[in-house]
This record gives sequence, structure tokens and C-alpha cells, in this order.
Amino acid sequence: MTVVKSAEKAKEAEKAPKESNPWWWLSIVSVLGGILGWWLASLTLPTLPNPAEVVMRGIDLFQRGILGSDILASLRRVLTGFAIGSGLAIPLGFAMGWYRPIRALIEPWTQFFRTVPPLAIIPLAIVFLGIGEVPKVFVIALAAFLVTIVATFQGVLNVDKTLINAGRVLGAGDMTIFRRIAVPASLPFITVGLRQGLGASWATLVASELIAAQEGLGYRMQNAQIYYQIDTIFVGLILIGVFGLIMDRIVLWFDLKLTSWQERR
Amino acid sequence: MMAMEDKIVFDKVTQVFELNGKAFTAVSELSLTIADNEFVTVVGPSGCGKSTIMNQAAGLLQPTTGEVRVDGKRVQGPGPERGVIFQQYALFPWLTVRQNVEFGLELQKIPKSERRAIADKQLELTDLTAFADALPKNLSGGMKQRCAIARAYAVNPSILLMDEPFGALDALTRVHMQSQLLDTWSKEKRTVMFITHDVDEAVFLANRVIVMAARPGRIYKIVDVNLPYPRTDEMRLTPEFAAIRNEVWDSVYHQPND
Ligand SMILES: Nc1ncnc2c1ncn2[C@@H]1O[C@H](COP(=O)(O)OP(=O)(O)O)[C@@H](O)[C@H]1O
Ligand SMILES: [Mg+2]
Repeated sequence: MTVVKSAEKAKEAEKAPKESNPWWWLSIVSVLGGILGWWLASLTLPTLPNPAEVVMRGIDLFQRGILGSDILASLRRVLTGFAIGSGLAIPLGFAMGWYRPIRALIEPWTQFFRTVPPLAIIPLAIVFLGIGEVPKVFVIALAAFLVTIVATFQGVLNVDKTLINAGRVLGAGDMTIFRRIAVPASLPFITVGLRQGLGASWATLVASELIAAQEGLGYRMQNAQIYYQIDTIFVGLILIGVFGLIMDRIVLWFDLKLTSWQERR
Repeated sequence: MMAMEDKIVFDKVTQVFELNGKAFTAVSELSLTIADNEFVTVVGPSGCGKSTIMNQAAGLLQPTTGEVRVDGKRVQGPGPERGVIFQQYALFPWLTVRQNVEFGLELQKIPKSERRAIADKQLELTDLTAFADALPKNLSGGMKQRCAIARAYAVNPSILLMDEPFGALDALTRVHMQSQLLDTWSKEKRTVMFITHDVDEAVFLANRVIVMAARPGRIYKIVDVNLPYPRTDEMRLTPEFAAIRNEVWDSVYHQPND
């Protein structure tokens, strides 16, 4: 008996915490190297601004209040659209996964619209919804919706049948199984869907601003292109990347918090 | 001493599955009666329908024809008097060990303090008290299975249905779990139907070993294990044990080809 226990202890010890990647510093070297390479390139290409010029341009735009309002406009759009799209997608995705008739009703539409890039809806959205905020928020919501509904639906379909049976033999009815087993079990899929959905929203936002907007990061870049302000284009490009990364990390953080019970191997 | 009432009755159960559009008879007209407080093990080649008949008894699968009766009543779904333990543990990974054990009690609307007390007792019996607040992912295989057992015991079922519960454990842990299971069974009498592919395990645990055959799934032979309880590890080395094991082994591995 004690032998068994120590054998199990040994197994416990095997599950040591994840080793930290010893090569992390290479990532830093890589980024610094990239900036250096950019700098060197700017010495030979007269049209290419160097990193310092781009930073100065960014500070200048910010101090004139332009950049701040662009960022706010973009974030407002993306967050509104993302909230609406994923907020509708999650309950509908659950309904699709749980009730076959609902699945049959919705699936042809998600299948079809999944093959249509949300940006392709923009011309139509502008015709019907005008050129204000509504069409932009609409296509962003659509982008988030399509990604999240498919992920949620897949999550419900992938709920381990054994867990459902385990619930049933412990006396769980349909509603309890849904609430206490199907929902938590599909959470990992949903958080992945939300991450992809936010990424899709962000990509759609920038593109929609390139087409029709009066402010926003995409608009700023489009405008700069007309006036040949390459440094401004770079400012926009970098900020889009940085904000995209920050938002992704925030969702990832929630994901890890909410699904830390998962076995990750 | 043993009350010889019928606890579980399989009455000519047949299970037909649809496989690639064709009907496939997994179990054919199988009848078996398990007495109250009896410990029955079921062995047989893989695919012979062991899990199928257990799922019928659990109420997770409706027989195509025939019926399963528990305490004289036809099984129509799962019930709290039948605890089920699955090979893959089937713990809820987002709940702690304690929350897993309390899950069934919560569904029965048992007050919190009482729930806690029952869980504490089961955790102690299964040697998991120190891991009450751990998540399943941090447990070894043996601990996971003990947690699954504690979860099933917590609702105090009079029947335990176990589908290769120790199949994934290493030999040492497995032997230990077998003794513990018998220990608990002798203290709190229950009717146990235990599926295994390990002939030694089948003989060591059971009053009777049910040997099944495949295509279609049916009972091939029933071997009585006339060894007294409590069963000790030394008994595994006796000639009596060897004789029974050989008999079971023969009937599992030397079934005439159909
Ligand atoms: N849901 C199902 N659909 C189709 N065939 C099934 C299903 N469940 C089991 N079977 C088939 O029935 C037979 C018996 O399965 P099972 O009871 O799991 O066997 P055992 O547990 O003895 O290995 C196998 O051939 C299996 O492939
Ligand atoms: Mg099986």
C-alpha cells in the first residue's frame, strides 16, 4: 500500500511545471535585428522613412490630437462590432449544437457566409446602411459572428459523450447537462473562437476604414497614401499591429484563466 | 447470509446497432440474473458486447428487444440506485475533486453541510483528502479512478456498474485498487457488475465470472469462483485460484470459431 502511494507520488513529480523556454532572448534579438535592418534599408532607399522618423511622426500626430481620436474611433468600432457579433453568436451556436432542427435552420447560412469575406458585404452595406458608423460596425459584427458561432457550435458537438453519460447516471436532466456540462466543456472552443473572432473583427475594421471613413487608423493610412506621407502609413501600420496584439493577449489571458482546468500537453 | 434475491435481470436482451447502413447485432437474446449483493465480473473478447449490456443496465442504452429489470422494475433510464464507473474516469475536468464528488449530491438537492460531510467521508475512504481541492488534471490515473469511485459512492447506490475501471492503471496500482474495492464491498454490501479484460482480476474479485462470446454477443460460460472472502493476495498463488483462472482463460481464449 505504501509502495503504491510512493509510486503515485513519483508520478505526481513527473508533472513538473512547464519548463520556461530558454530561447526567449532570441525573440528580442530578432525584433531588434528587424529594426536595425529597417534602419539600414532606409539609408539606401530614400523613400523609406527610418524608425526615428516614424516615431517622431507618431508623437507629432498624437500631440495634435489626431492619433488619439483615430485610435478611439477604431477601438470603438471594433469593440462594438465584436460585442454584438460574438454576443449573438454564442447563444445561437449553443442552440445549433444542442437542437438539431435549429442547426438545420442556421447551418446553410453560416456555411454560405463563411465563404464570403465580410469585406465583400461592404458595398451592399453601404448601399443599404449609408456611410456612417452602422455599415462598418455591421461588417465587423458579421466577421466576429461567423467565426464565433462556428467555434461555439463545434465546441458543443465536441463535448465528450462520456462526460454527458457521467452526468446522466448521477441524475442530471437535459437542462442540467447543458448548463453544467455542455457549457463548461465547450468553453475552450469558445475562447478560441473569440480570439479568432476578435482578430477577424480587427482585420475587417481596418479594411472597412480604408474604404469609407472620416477617422480611424485605416482612414489615416488611406489619407496618408494620397498625400504620400509614408511615415504616417508606418505609424498606422505599427499601431494596428500593436493594438491587435494587445487585444489578442487580453483574450488569451481570459482564455487561460477560464480554461486552466484543461490538460495541456 | 447472502440474500439471494434477484437484483439485476437481463431478460433476453438484444441490441442491434446500425453500422454503415446495415443492421449489426451486438448482443443477441442474452439472459443473466445477478443476485442481490453479488459480485459478478464479465470477461470476453473485445467487441463481444460487455459495455453494451452494462450500458443497458445503466439505462444509457435501450435494448432493441428484451428488457433489463432492476429490483423487479424495467430500466428506462439512469437512476441513483445504479452507480456507474467508466474506464476513462469521466471526471468533470473543470471541477475540483471535492466538487466532482459532490456533483451527484448537489443534483439531489442535499444541503451543503450534509454534502460536505458525505464528500469528506468518501474522500477519506479513497485516500484523497489531501487532494480535495485539486483539479483532475493534477491527479495520477489511480487517483482519478479513486475520485470517480468516490463520486459514484457518494450518492450511495445499491448497484455498482464498472466498465474496465482499472484497465488504464499500472499493475501495482491495479492490485491495490482491487483489494480496496473488495474491502469496501464487504463493508457496505452492494451488487457489483464489473467488466474487465484481465482474467486474474475477474477471478480475484468475483462470486461468478461471466464469460461472453462475440458475433453475436452472448454468454459463453459462467464460472463459479468458490473461494472465500476476504480474498487476500496470497490466494492468487493457490492451486485453487490457478485452476479457476485456467478455466476462465480457456473459455475466453479458446472459444470455438464460428
Ligand atoms: N453505438 C454503436 N453503434 C454501432 N456499433 C456499436 C455501438 N456501440 C457498440 N457497437 C458495436 O457493438 C459491439 C459490442 O461493443 P461493446 O459492447 O463496446 O464491446 P466490448 O465492451 O465487449 O468490447 C462492437 O462490435 C461495437 O463495435
Ligand atoms: Mg467495452
